[in-house]
Amino acid sequence: MSTTSVMGGVVRRKEDPSLIQGKGTYVDDIKRHRELATAFVRSPFAAAAINSVDASAALALEGVHAVYTIDDVRHLGLNPAQVAVGTLRPFLADGVVHHVGEAVAMVVADDPYIAKDAADLVFVDYEPKDAVVDLKEAYADTVQVHDGISNTLLTWAGNAWWEGVIDLPDPSPGIQEAKERDDTVVVSLEMVNQRLIPTAIEPRAVLADWNSGYDSVELWSSSQIPHAVAGAIGMTFGIPSNKVRVVAPEVGGGFGLKLNVYPDEILCCYASRALGRPVRWTETRREASVASIQGRGWIGTSTITGTRDGKILGYELDAICDMGAYTHNFTVAIPLLGLFVAPGQYDIPTSYALHCVVTNKPTTDAYRGAGRPEAAYYLERIIDAFAREIGMDPADVRKANYWKPDQFPVTTQIGLTMDTGDYATNLDSLLERVGYEDLKAKRDAARAEGRLLGIGLSTYVEVCGFGPSALAGLGFSWAGYGLPTAFNGSGVVRVQPDGTCTVTIGTGPSGQGHETTWAQIVSDGLGIVMDNIEVQHGDSLDSPVGVGTFGSRSLAVDGTATYEATTRVKEKAAIIAGHLLEAAPEDVQFQDGGAHVAGSPDRSVAWAQIAESAYQPHTLPEGVEGGLESSVVFSPPNATWPFGSHLALVEVDPETGDVDLLEYWATDDCGNVINPMIVDGQVHGGIAQGVAQALFEEAIYDDVGNLLTSSLADYPLPAAENLPMFNLDRTVTPTDVNPLGVKGIGEAGTIGSAQTIVNAVVDAVSHLGVKHIDMPLRPKRVWQAIEDARK
Amino acid sequence: MEGRILEVRISVNGVDHQSDVEPRTLLVHYLRENLSLTGTHVGCETGYCGACTVIVDGRAVKSCTMFAVQADGASIQTVEGVADGDELHPVQEGFWECHGLQCGFCTPGMIMSSIALLEENNDPSEAEIRHGIEGNLCRCTGYHNIVRSVQYAGAKMRGESPQGASQEVSS
Repeated sequence: MSTTSVMGGVVRRKEDPSLIQGKGTYVDDIKRHRELATAFVRSPFAAAAINSVDASAALALEGVHAVYTIDDVRHLGLNPAQVAVGTLRPFLADGVVHHVGEAVAMVVADDPYIAKDAADLVFVDYEPKDAVVDLKEAYADTVQVHDGISNTLLTWAGNAWWEGVIDLPDPSPGIQEAKERDDTVVVSLEMVNQRLIPTAIEPRAVLADWNSGYDSVELWSSSQIPHAVAGAIGMTFGIPSNKVRVVAPEVGGGFGLKLNVYPDEILCCYASRALGRPVRWTETRREASVASIQGRGWIGTSTITGTRDGKILGYELDAICDMGAYTHNFTVAIPLLGLFVAPGQYDIPTSYALHCVVTNKPTTDAYRGAGRPEAAYYLERIIDAFAREIGMDPADVRKANYWKPDQFPVTTQIGLTMDTGDYATNLDSLLERVGYEDLKAKRDAARAEGRLLGIGLSTYVEVCGFGPSALAGLGFSWAGYGLPTAFNGSGVVRVQPDGTCTVTIGTGPSGQGHETTWAQIVSDGLGIVMDNIEVQHGDSLDSPVGVGTFGSRSLAVDGTATYEATTRVKEKAAIIAGHLLEAAPEDVQFQDGGAHVAGSPDRSVAWAQIAESAYQPHTLPEGVEGGLESSVVFSPPNATWPFGSHLALVEVDPETGDVDLLEYWATDDCGNVINPMIVDGQVHGGIAQGVAQALFEEAIYDDVGNLLTSSLADYPLPAAENLPMFNLDRTVTPTDVNPLGVKGIGEAGTIGSAQTIVNAVVDAVSHLGVKHIDMPLRPKRVWQAIEDARK
Repeated sequence: MEGRILEVRISVNGVDHQSDVEPRTLLVHYLRENLSLTGTHVGCETGYCGACTVIVDGRAVKSCTMFAVQADGASIQTVEGVADGDELHPVQEGFWECHGLQCGFCTPGMIMSSIALLEENNDPSEAEIRHGIEGNLCRCTGYHNIVRSVQYAGAKMRGESPQGASQEVSS
């Protein structure tokens, strides 16, 4: 276990002993003396005016301390957003509600049971209005969701907040000319990339404790972005950042839904200040479905124009993207992220139109992959359809259009620079491992017997590891939360006086194993054994900058900051150790818990002795200051661009339409790997969420905006029986934008998988005439598609 | 009903407790709030996610679907009570060795269901494992490594010397 040469090695997680014994501390496990509990009164209507709110019966209930409405908190302004394009959310509904589940009033009581009883006693007089749910109707402005235009960086009319139109509606001449040529084929499909509910198993939870004596506030929140939450609190209440401590302890899954500043975080602070007691709120599962963000929600048409030898001459994507009722953290920026990777791995002319429209539904924002799964879906589905149309193997079509390794760095059509890539090698590696030709023969043999086997392939490129400070100019900064910081990372490495080490980082895990991976980086650099390194995270006051864990960015950005800090500590430690060993610093090497002189392992000194000297400055050489620590803020020169190839084998039951996922292979390339066990785990979970979108999950609304899938009974997360073992492998193409050569792996599995499954199912039934089936591919939908094709 | 208080006697992890509870108090809230045993988690309050799974009189039970008063007289085991002093239960060891957890929130319930499964059959097939834990949802792992963890634990309980994750990871 205690090894010092650990980069790239499997190391059991440092996080696990507490978690497997029920000793991990999540927000709901923390108790404060005299704390109060909260429940929200939520709108049952997707669109309604509020005529009045009567809280008298609730206030009369024993144990109820307060019922707050917008009149109490209007002076605090609006819930802040990072990319403030669109309508910002009031902290409580202000005279009107725009989606089912919008909070209208907040009840504070002695315990959660009383708070819920009281919430039921609050009488709200609603006057229902027309709601717009369907995306095409929203884009046609049949109903305008918001009456006015306010609090936005841009102005707009109607329901379209932002239109990411590049080349359309005046398509690039090259693509138009190609369409008119006699030797080209044009393939087009309209497809839905359905709304999803992220569904971390831990619901969000908040605990605020405002100390009026210190005029400071502590907030525990199940958040991916404690620094941003702290910034928003400071900005909202007008107190400096060093008076706000936001702590994200153990976070029970994030997936983007906890990458937002939510009104309840601000409101619990408000209530705690007003009542002089700690105030807690814990989300119920049904609330999680309507009051936190959702993901995806596109309807779009993708079109490929190409020749019969597989050369693609144009890719067009025209989609309406569902923003929901309010802007949150990124909201309109999610489709923009999709645009970044819309051309995938291909050197092809492209043309996009993404229409971001507001609807009477909960806000959409980042959900694992965040725009990139949607983009990959539209591209890789239509490439498959194109391959089928021209009768070419889908793998060969892809390879015919790849960027080549010697073309990197590649500048994409919209002006971004892709760092490194070797796509054909990656795909070939997958196909060889799968035994692609044999698998196709197996499929064909089964088909001859009447069985419906299908093979699905998808490749993808991801953009992640955000990101260069220059992105701040595009609105990607924390300025919306009062923090003048770009997408940096931070790491503080400190050798303690006893020779152990603490590492404090600007991001915190929600399952990704930061504590282990970061300890491996530091252990490898300093030779301090893993067990003597503690990694601290999730406290907004502990690290200088923290942007958060999202966009597969932690290791590439904050990990690099820690690596750089480690290097600086090592340089100073070499001077101290050299002094103790009477050797030149450049001759000092660190390993096995101490330092020794190169070539003379016997001339060694333990880390405890180096540290002891560091904290007794009179023992140090002339000009060397006491202490042994370094704090680094790292700003990467570019994002990173991981990629990969996924392949699935499915069998469709022709009688029931049931899809059986028989085998799944993935060969991902995330650059260098610190802990392969953790990286594999990220890919497993990512694939599971993509398969979940392909086969099971969908946030379904009725015509008036009621969510019909607000419990886990109606929103079927895959269980163990629904998934197979995953067959993983890697190629390694390091990035050159950070010294670790790492790219990021948190979202790759999700970006690569949904269309892999759909491609496989369509492959299984295409000979029956089926060209496409919209997700989720539940049995009835697949059965119906087969039936329709037979008619 | 909420004003009425009833007395219950419940043994949890070998310790006898005598408590006054409201009839509507869920068993999971009793464990977490009255006894401060916060290892048992609440994920959905409807019995679907399984994060609240504990063992009641030898059977895996979702403690959000049971009232504390229904457990009067019962003997309950929670995740805090499965290790033998400093020695982890084979299922806990399996989850650690095989990276069977990421965020860890579903893990206590998953461990309790796995223990119940393996105590009935310590050599389950992959399909039997997947069926045995179907009442517990995990959003992080895709279940791959959870299945491996249970296989590891089963081998350990059979007296074998299983291998952890390092035997499987891709190169």
